[in-house]
Parts: sequence; C-alpha cells; structure tokens
Amino acid sequence: MSKYDKLTTNAIGRVVPQIINGKEAVPYLGVGKFRPTGRKYAPLISTCADYPEDGNKVTGSIREALEKCGLKDGMTISTHHHFRNGDLVGNQVFDAAAELGVKNLTWAPSASFECHSPLIKYLEDGTIHHIEGSMNGALGKFTTEGGMLGMGILRSHGGRYQAIQDGDLHVDIAVIAAPTADAFGNATGDRGPAACGLLGFALADSQYADKVIVVTDNLVPFPCVPWQIHGNYVDHVVVLDRVGIPEKIVSGTTEITKSPDRLLLAELTAQFCDETGIVRDGFSFQAGAGGTALSIGIYFAEMLRKRGMKARFARGGSNKYLVKMLEEGLVDYILDGQTFDLEGVRSMRENPGHLNTSPFTSYNYHGKGNFASMVDVVILGATEVDINFNANVVTHSDGYLLHGIGGWMNCLFSKCVILPIPLFRDRMPVIRDQVTTICGPGELIDVIVTERGIAINPLRTDLIDKLKGSSLPIKSIHQLKEEAERICGKPSLPVLSDEFIAAIKWVDGTVIDAVRKVII
Amino acid sequence: MATIATTGNKGKGIRSDCHVTLEIRQSGGIEIQLVSKVKAMYGDSILRLCNEIFRFYNISDASLLLEDSGALELVIAARLEAAIRQLTGNTKEYLPEFLPQNNYQTARDRDRFSRLYLPGNSPSLMINAGIHKPNGIILDLEDAVAVSKKAEARFLVRNALRSLDFYGAERMVRINQVPAGLADLDYIIPHNVNLVLVPKCESAEQLKLVNENIEKIKKEKGIGGNVWLMPIIESALGVLKALEIATSPNVVSVAIGLEDYTADLGTRRTNEGNESFFARSMVVNACKAAGVQAIDSVFSDIADMEALKQTVLRSKALGFDGMGCIHPRQIRVIHDNFAPDEAEIDKAKKIVNAFIEATEKGLGVVSLGTKMIDPPVVKRAQHTINLAVSMGKLNADWRNEFLTV
Repeated sequence: MSKYDKLTTNAIGRVVPQIINGKEAVPYLGVGKFRPTGRKYAPLISTCADYPEDGNKVTGSIREALEKCGLKDGMTISTHHHFRNGDLVGNQVFDAAAELGVKNLTWAPSASFECHSPLIKYLEDGTIHHIEGSMNGALGKFTTEGGMLGMGILRSHGGRYQAIQDGDLHVDIAVIAAPTADAFGNATGDRGPAACGLLGFALADSQYADKVIVVTDNLVPFPCVPWQIHGNYVDHVVVLDRVGIPEKIVSGTTEITKSPDRLLLAELTAQFCDETGIVRDGFSFQAGAGGTALSIGIYFAEMLRKRGMKARFARGGSNKYLVKMLEEGLVDYILDGQTFDLEGVRSMRENPGHLNTSPFTSYNYHGKGNFASMVDVVILGATEVDINFNANVVTHSDGYLLHGIGGWMNCLFSKCVILPIPLFRDRMPVIRDQVTTICGPGELIDVIVTERGIAINPLRTDLIDKLKGSSLPIKSIHQLKEEAERICGKPSLPVLSDEFIAAIKWVDGTVIDAVRKVII
Repeated sequence: MATIATTGNKGKGIRSDCHVTLEIRQSGGIEIQLVSKVKAMYGDSILRLCNEIFRFYNISDASLLLEDSGALELVIAARLEAAIRQLTGNTKEYLPEFLPQNNYQTARDRDRFSRLYLPGNSPSLMINAGIHKPNGIILDLEDAVAVSKKAEARFLVRNALRSLDFYGAERMVRINQVPAGLADLDYIIPHNVNLVLVPKCESAEQLKLVNENIEKIKKEKGIGGNVWLMPIIESALGVLKALEIATSPNVVSVAIGLEDYTADLGTRRTNEGNESFFARSMVVNACKAAGVQAIDSVFSDIADMEALKQTVLRSKALGFDGMGCIHPRQIRVIHDNFAPDEAEIDKAKKIVNAFIEATEKGLGVVSLGTKMIDPPVVKRAQHTINLAVSMGKLNADWRNEFLTV
C-alpha cells in the first residue's frame, strides 16, 4: 500500500492526496462547504452477560488487557494527552504491543509530547505504521524526514472527535489513563496523585472504540465520583504504580510573560479589544496557555475590575489566573477543556462555576453547533501567516513539523480571532507571501497583532470602522510583511521534496493541506 | 600574529547573534561552514554577505565557521569584520547601509525622562528597543561589555547606529572612561550619534578632551550637527566638581551613577537613598545653575514597579528631570511619574491662562484671584503645560476647552 495517491488541488489551492493510507479522503472544499450525509459511526453492541456482575473489571497488566481486547496486526490504538509531557502510559502500551509481536498498528493519540519520543523505535521496526494525532518534537522530525511507514494525519481536537464520531477514524482499542477510577471503569481526572483536571479528550474514544481500557494508579471503591468517563463503556481496568509525573502534567509554561516585547503584544491586544468594544459586560473570551495569552487575560481582568463589569464565560485551558478571576467574581463560568495547573484542578473540584467540557461540546464541527463559535474573542498563536491571513501552526518555516493543532482550528470560528505574534522571531519573519502549511483559512482570521503594528483582515470592515481615529498602530498586512523584510531580509522559500509525509485535516475531516518531506 | 580569531556569541540563551571562528590561510580558497537555524530562509544570503566581506578585505584564502542563531546582517557583518581586522590589522571599515530614518538631530532641551541602557555586545536586546518608546537608547560600550569583548562591541554598536531603526529615540552611546574611551569615538561619531555619555566624569578637562576629539572627527569626516554630552558623576570628587562639569560645552544633562558613588563613599545603596541625598542635591543644583537637565541613577530591581514609582516620585521632588532604565518595562512607570499630574496641570493651566489674559490686557502684573504671580512661576507653569501636551496628557488647544468650561 502506498502512503497516498490521487493528488488534486483543493479549494484553497494546495496539492493534497485523495487516498491516504489506502482510505478515501475528501479535499478541502471551503468553510462550511462539505455536507456529509448518512449516519454516525456505531460501535459494537455489548451485553452484560459478557461482563462481571460484581462490576470488577480489573485485569493484571496492560499487556493482558490488550490480549483480552484481541489486539492484532493493523489495529488502531488510541491514547490521550491529559498528562501532557508527564504521561507514563502511552509508551507502555506500545512496549506491550511490541512484546506481543503485533505489527502495523496505528497510534491515535489526542496529542503527542516529547515524552513519547521513545516510540520512534516502534515506528522504525514496524510495530507502529503511522500516527493519527499530532507529531511534535522528535516525532515531528522523524516524520518530516520521511521515517514513518504510513502517512501521518494531523487533526484538531474537534476534528478528532468528528473523525471518531463519523467513522473516519476507527479506534479498535482505547487506552484511557485516569488519575482516579473504580473497578467498574468509572474514571475522573480531578483527583488522585496524577490529577490533571478532566478527561475530555477521551470522551469520543470511550463512546466509539470497540474496546476500552482504563489505566489508573488510584483505584477507589465503587463509585468513583464524579465519573467523567462512564464505566459502562469500559472493558478492562488496569492498576499501575504510577500513571503520570505530576510536575510534568502541570506544565511550567503557564506563567505570565516577563518579556517586554510579549507584554507589549499583550497590551496592544487588550487595547484593541477595548477600543473595538469587545470587552464589555457579559462578554466571553478564550486565551491559550502561552505567556502572551495569559497576560492578555490579566489585562482583561484589570479592565473588568476597574469598570465593575464581569465576563459571562471564559473558554479554554484553565490556570491560576483564570481561577482568580472566577473566584473574584470577574467571570461567571470557566468552560474548561484542559487544566494547565494545580489551581485549575482544585477549582474544578471546588467551584460549581468551573465546568468540565469536551471536544464534543466545545469543538465538534459535525454537531448541532458548538461552544467555540459563541466566544466573543479568542487569542491564538501561529508560526506563520500569509498576506491573505492564512495561518500555519504545525510546521516551522524550514518545513519541519513542530506543533500539534490542538483546539486552534476549532477556535477560528470565534466571533473575533486575534493572533498576537512577534513580527519576526530572531530572524524569521512571521508574515510571508505564502505559509509553509495552511492550517486555517484567512477568511476566519481577523486580526494580527505585532509589536510593530496591527493588521485587520479587510473582510472585517466593522472592526476597521470602529478603529478610525484610534491611536493604535493599524497597518496593512503588506506593510507589516515589508517592515519585517526590511529588518530581516527577504527569506527564501524552503526547498522541500515532492513526497508527502502527513496530511492536515480541516475541522470537517477534509484535507486542507499536506506536509512534504524535507530534504536533508 | 595569530591566525585564528573568534568573535561573537553562541550557546544556550543566545539569540539574534552569531559566533565567528576565522582562520586566514595562505592557500585553499574560501571555505565557509554555516550552521544556522535560519539556513533554509537565509543560508544563501548569509554566504553571499560573507563572500562580499572577504572580497572587500581582499582575502582569498580563509576558513570560516559561522554559528548563527538568527543574527541580522548588520550583526554578521560586525562579527566577521571584527575577526578579519583582528587577524589582518586592516583598518578599512565595512559599513552596512545607513537607514535614512535614523538621520535626525535632537534638541538641547528635549525630554530626557527615560534612557534605556543596552549592552553594546548583545544584539538581541537592541532590535526591539525602539518600539518601547524610551526618550533615549544607550548602546553601552562601558560596564555592560566584558573587557575581552570591548573591541568587537564597537563594530556592533557602529553597525547598529547605522542600520537599526531607533524609532525616533535619542541615539546615545556610553563610551568607556576617558582617556581610554576617546578611542570609541571613532566608531560612533561618523554615524549620527546624538549624545555621548561620559562615565566616571570628574572634571571639565575630561569633557574638553571628548569635545576636542569629537570636533576632530567631525572635521575629518566633514560632518555637521550637534553631538551632545551627558557626563555621569560617579564619585565623591565628581560630585564636588558638578558645576564645572555641568557648565562644560555641549553638556545638555548630567547624570548621577549611584552604584559607583556609594562604593566610593564606602557605604551601601539603599532604596531610601539617605546616603546619596547630598550628591543628588549637588548634581541637581549644579544642573539648574548651568541650565541643563539633571538625570537620576537607574533603579535596579526590574520586578518591583511600585518601588520604582516611589523612587521616581522622590527623584522628581528633588528636582531631577529624568532617570535611567535597564528594562523596557520601566519606561512607562518613569514617564508616567515624571509627567505632571492632574493637579499640577490644572494649576498650570490657570496660571498660564491668567498670564495670557494679563498680557492681552496690557497688564504688567499677573494675578490669580487675589494672589500675585511671579514670572518664574509663570515660566514653570508654561513648562508643565508643554510637557503635558508633549506626553499626550493635554490637548494642544487646551485653552479653547479651558475658556469654554
């Protein structure tokens, strides 16, 4: 089987394959243009006759559980990134699979981290055929240099839910690492030695996978409350000494920035939101975990406090700053998708206004609406933006896969999408004639805030009108690009091979772009 | 003479810089090994630049290892020139483009609330300095540069003066202590430096030397324009000579450096500053007598904005007109607190308005209510109004609004 076949040019002008790893794939058609018909994917019918009446599904080891699930060549195993870089389970699953001698597996993580680099050996020896999820760091390098047997597939958090729900991604065995669980398989992320907050990324897997294994290091007597994962979906429960490294679960990147340049970006962004009337009583926002985004949240909090106003809800990864806003009454609800620090975990346990959400509620594009499009303003990052506001988050300007998509694509449906990004990083200009990889169509990206000026998408005439006479440095995206090139010089495009190594799926499952192998 | 030279910086935490290892050979042609994080984007243009510089110096046989962490061209050129001149003794200058927007002069009495110190051998901090809008940017060749890096820093500072956008900030360089620092002038005076900081100044004689050297370079290069001086008083002797220093030609402001001063006194610097009260008052008095600006020492805790604010308020109360900064985040606090506050502006508006009305009526005496107002009070009020307007705290046509209220 070849990695891909039947190349075509999609609606955003990118060459993409229509056959990927032997399966048909629809090329990107435009925002909201792909209208799938038919019914969702249906998992197998189970019967209680096959499960112990006392509810005890505890099995001796991961290996034993995989065997009982009928692991065989060519299957798809999923894992999740609730423990981020502190995950101890993902690697053990494939150690066990390798011991069992199975080959050609698909690994479908909700995201991969540097801690998963040891899996490269299984990609090399054929235990794992390809990854459908994200390929960061060493895995990204390995993939982009053409090391993977199959074609990598990158999806957003919402796209992953959509793919599993629609049957684009069939999961044979889901392995859900849980900070606390009972023997029946009820599981929660908000307590236990490896507490991580919530387990939303595993929701789709629990609902649709053929077999589900819960792995925990904190087995409690039934019932495990709250049950973020329903035991009724679970086949086996495995107890380990440790499932995650707590200090790596709550990542250290969630401090506000001290960089004066980034603080300036945050300040300009906050001022932009203020002058355009976005910050008002009852507004909603989502800011990521980066230092700049966190600082913007702090500016929002200051404005609300000064004016005696409050936000209705904040979406997204929670952290101590957001929790402080909640507890101070500056925001009514946190609709949390993942918890970035221990304060977030505590708040989720204690505060009724701190709610556990999932990619289903927040991001799934094949649902009857989702939360992301209701958010007034979202603050995101990007590695590159082109003069049509198309943006890239997955590859470096030299062509290497660098980051996963996360919820980035899904968040583009917010009422106002702002990317605060430095005009250049060291000597790498961010605004380019064309981006290395398109992850987000420019029509959904409204504002680029740089330290040397703010570019508003010409489609947003409303925002442009609101800022007439503003003291903010409003410039065209062409002016910003030229300014960066005056300082850095005009960059060459990366010279990449003609061979594709990964596909980027849009929120509706269509292929928006494909990543080429780098020439070493 | 050595055959291998190294310049620049590399390693963890180094950004926007490069490290040059250069060997000049007898034969074998030019061999360049480029290790760069931006190779895919700028590899070709970096090689082109290096080859051009080799041709400029007539070097046809050399081995160059360039380890680049995203340096701009002006940085790469400075590093390579420093290495070549170190090995060959050649004194030819490879000058990058002079940006037209850097070609401005500054007024003797312009605002100098904030001046941002930048280490003269650290390109990453220079590139974005101007966007934080300090009144002045100081490229520091003195204390912020290690002794072993002094020579190469001059090339970087020179290239930065030419090719980095200062976004309208006053272009300043702190030279090394006179007399050694006089040699720095050759690298900066031809490149439109607006103001030279003269550290550890203890006499008018030192400033005379600086002025003479500047004049000589200007004459040789055929350049006009003013180069202002800001001597820094950093010793007990300097404090006692404050008046002769402040009244020296081209001096527009005098700064005080308290770290060295307190060391000279054998005491310790405190936030309250009792130990430097005399020195600060001396400098302020000398400056006011000479009609120049008095500039306070830097505040070194970059995390404590509240303490900085208190220091600025004390400084302003003593009569200082500005202060140094070592971090861009300090700029706003310094501007906001040196700026006239609402009450000062309101009072100044009333006084200036009364003065204008009295003049219009041909009255010789200005009075506000039942109080007579002396000319110096009017002058100070006018200064406050000008400042408030220049800092955007007051509209230029404030009188229209004032009269309609």
